Order: sequence, then structure tokens, then C-alpha cells
Amino acid sequence: MFELLVLPFVEFSFMQRALVGCLAISLSAAPIGVFLMLRRMSLTGDAMAHAILPGAAVGFLVSGLSIQAMTLGGIVAGCTVAVLSGLVSRMTEVAEDASMAAFYLISLAVGVLIISMNGSQVDLLHVLFGSALALNDEALYLLGAICCITLSVLACVFRPLVLECMDRLFLQSVSRLSPIAHFSFLVLVVLNLVGGFNALGTLMSVGMMILPSAAARYWVKSLDMLLLFSCLLAVVSCYVGLLLSYHIAWPTGPSIILILGSIYIISFLVGANGSMLTHLVKPKHLTA
Amino acid sequence: MILSCENLTLGYESHPAVHHLTIQIERGALLALVGPNGAGKSTLLKGLMGQIHPLEGSIKLDLEKADIAYLPQQSQVDRTFPLSVQEMVAMGAWKHTGAFGRLKSIHKRQVASALNQLGLKGFEKRMLSTLSGGQMQRVLFARLLVQEAEMILLDEPFTGVDSRTTQDLLRMIESWSEQGKTIIAVLHDLEQVKTHFPQSLLLSREAIAFGETASVLTEANWRKARQLNEAFDEHADHCGTH
Repeated sequence: MFELLVLPFVEFSFMQRALVGCLAISLSAAPIGVFLMLRRMSLTGDAMAHAILPGAAVGFLVSGLSIQAMTLGGIVAGCTVAVLSGLVSRMTEVAEDASMAAFYLISLAVGVLIISMNGSQVDLLHVLFGSALALNDEALYLLGAICCITLSVLACVFRPLVLECMDRLFLQSVSRLSPIAHFSFLVLVVLNLVGGFNALGTLMSVGMMILPSAAARYWVKSLDMLLLFSCLLAVVSCYVGLLLSYHIAWPTGPSIILILGSIYIISFLVGANGSMLTHLVKPKHLTA
Repeated sequence: MILSCENLTLGYESHPAVHHLTIQIERGALLALVGPNGAGKSTLLKGLMGQIHPLEGSIKLDLEKADIAYLPQQSQVDRTFPLSVQEMVAMGAWKHTGAFGRLKSIHKRQVASALNQLGLKGFEKRMLSTLSGGQMQRVLFARLLVQEAEMILLDEPFTGVDSRTTQDLLRMIESWSEQGKTIIAVLHDLEQVKTHFPQSLLLSREAIAFGETASVLTEANWRKARQLNEAFDEHADHCGTH
């Protein structure tokens, strides 16, 4: 059992690095996903993942497979799309999902254009599917930094962010922090997607955000438990996904996401809160 | 004078929802804001809160923004968000805690007392999603109580609320008024207004009548309000009145 579950992480430094990197992403992306889900912005993560593509592509063109350049490019592109779509929706009558969809499509088109004119499909595959088993020191520092920044900012804007999600008019009546909470949250989404694409790729990193919170919703009710439980699910999935990837030679990113996906399916089938099982098996009601 | 509006026009894009309104409201007033649907009542409250800016004219407030409490329409609150009754009511202590501060024991006692006064003892850990419309309105009133504001703006506080809860909440409003707080409430039940609110403003984008409730809520004034409201023209010319 030790050989099966622990030895790969003791013997191989690439497995240790992958584990540390994935744990950092789990602890920062999962809480962000909880707020995305509660704001009914789950698909925003997907849209933003596409939006960072041209920035990463420009970074690649300038400096090759340099993590700093691709990360910086991704952050600039993602933040530009987030801020522009937020500004357009706040200054016009159009809802944010529509303006975000418009900007991410433009951004994606630019990204694909840059890659197809200058790069190769192999490069695109790296950005889309990442390389968790080849994380170098730079990548680990980056993931650690993003995790620290995310948790610190989230702690600072937590109260305004909760109100921004569920009672924005009240927040606006007691403070001027509504736009700060909104935009710093969007920046955190971008940071985590950019962080995620190094380990898992842009498309898979969205899964690390959305799947843990979507599954946790079927087990716990309060906000603090949702945050804790989704982090826990993300951490467990990373560990199991890495082991699967090691033992049966599956690609790492999809393995982790498939574990999370399986947990999600089990959750909506038999979870304690509002799952299919609770709809089918009606418990005896309590006395009035 | 706690509040004065001078030639105030509020609206969306260039359409006026409140048009050339000039009123002055005394400190301690208990004022009902009445008028047909689309008359600009909620818009006026949002203007007073600074959530929308005047297209023309001005609003002068003789108090800090932190001393104004606002009860939005219930539909504006996302009740599916996983927050407990206690956590929601504790948000009322924002003036003391700000965005980052801890809830001190004095504020915790305040929250407990507010829950008690609104008949919500035992509901502390309940999630907002499990509450009825009336219970949710009690929660929002408990949060107002914790806010300890000098001026309270209420947007349709009794919509979808049963008569017993309405009576309880009306008593709370009257006790706030006795403490000298200024209250402005958007209401639709005219009998309620006549019984509990000494002053009224009948709005139909323009101020039709303002003053003692009995003199404001006349049949002639209502006729005028409805006529003005129906005369809304999507393709109207630019307003030349200044």
C-alpha cells in the first residue's frame, strides 16, 4: 500500500513538485470557484480561460516557453478583458455576461490568429493542457505566489465580496467598495487561470475552479464549509489524479479533472443536500 | 432640515423618472412616498442613497452617508446565497466593523437584541434560503435596527408580507419615529399610509402633492398623478424647463 500511495512522491522529485504545485492551485482556485458559482458566473471562468490565450501566445512569441513571459502576457490579456467587460456593463445597459462573451471571443480569435501565424500546434497543446509533471522552480514559485496573493486578497475583500454577490445595493449604501470587490475578484480569477495553465493548461484549470465547488454544494450548506470542503475535494483529487497519472500513465491534467468530475457525478447522485437521491427517497417529515 | 431636493431630475439614459422635484424634509419626518407604478418612487430613494446621480438639480443631505440606512425591495437580495440569519443581520454593524473589522461583543449583543425584537429568536443559524417572505423581511428590518441610522429609507417594505408581520414592522417604524429618526417609505396601501404616516409625497415623476397625508391623498390629486404617468412619451422632445 505504501508503494502504491506514497512511494512515487518519495522517490521522484518531479512527483513532489507536481504535488506541491497542484496543492497550491487547489487552495487558491477552489475558493475562487465557490464565489464564481454563487455569483452564477461558473461559465465566466471558461470564458476568461479563453481570454488569456493571446497574452500567453504573445509571451511565447517574445520569449519562447518562458513561464514569466507567458504568465505576464496571460495576466495582461485576462485583466484587460475582465476590466473592459466590467466597465462596459457598468456604464451601459448591457449585462456583464454579454459584454464578457463579446470580449473573450475577440481575445480568443486574436490568440488563435497569433498562434496559427507564428507558432505550431504543439505550443497550443502546451497552453491548453499544461505539463504538471514538468514543473520547474520558477513555476513552483509562481504557483506559490499566486496562492498567497489569492488567499490574502480574498481575506481582505471577503465581507464586501459576500455583499457584492448577494445584496449589492446594501453594499453600495454602506461603502464605496462595490467596484473594488468586483474587480479584485475578477483579477483573482485571471491570476488563478494563468497559474493553472502552467500546471494543467487553461482549459483544465477552469475545472479546478468550478468542479470542487459544484460538488461541495451537494454536501455542505454554509459558506465557510463550502470554502473548506471545496479546497479539500480539490486537494484529494490532485493527489489521486497524480497517482493515477503515475501508475497507469494517463496525462496528469485530464486525470485530476476526471477525478473531480467523478466526485461531482457521485455528489449530484447521492449528496446530502438536494441530490437526486434526496429527491427520490423522501425522508419522514418532522413534527410541526 | 435633514434633506432638500432642488429642481431634482433623476433618470435612466436621458428619460426622467423623477422630474424637476423641489422638496424639503424636516428632521424626524415620517413620510410615505406614494404614486402609481413607474412614478419614480424607487428611483428617488436610489438618488437619495447616491446610487444614481442627478441629470439635473441637486440633493442636499444634512447628515453623513453612514447615517442613512436603506431597505431595498426583497427581490434585489439573492436569498440562495449560503448565509445565516445571524450573519446577515451582523452586516448591519458595518459602520463599526467596516470591511475588515471583527464583530465586537457589544455588536454581537446588538444583533441578538435585534433578532429578539423582530421575533427571530431561534432563527440565528437558519439559512436565508429557508425563510418565508415575511421572515426575510424581519431579517432585513433586524439589520436596519443594528445599523442605528438617523435616516431610514424603505422601498416597499410590506410587499408579500402577511398582516401580522406588517403590523409588527409598522410598530417598529413608529418606534423609530418616536426616537426622532427620519423615515421615508415607498408604500402602495393607502389605508396604511393614512393610519400610520402623518406626511406624504404623491409622486408621478413630478411632485403632485406634498404635505399632510389627508390633504395629499385626495381623489383629484390621484387623477392628476395617473394622467401624468400615462402621458409618458418615449419620443418626447428635450426638456426646456430649468
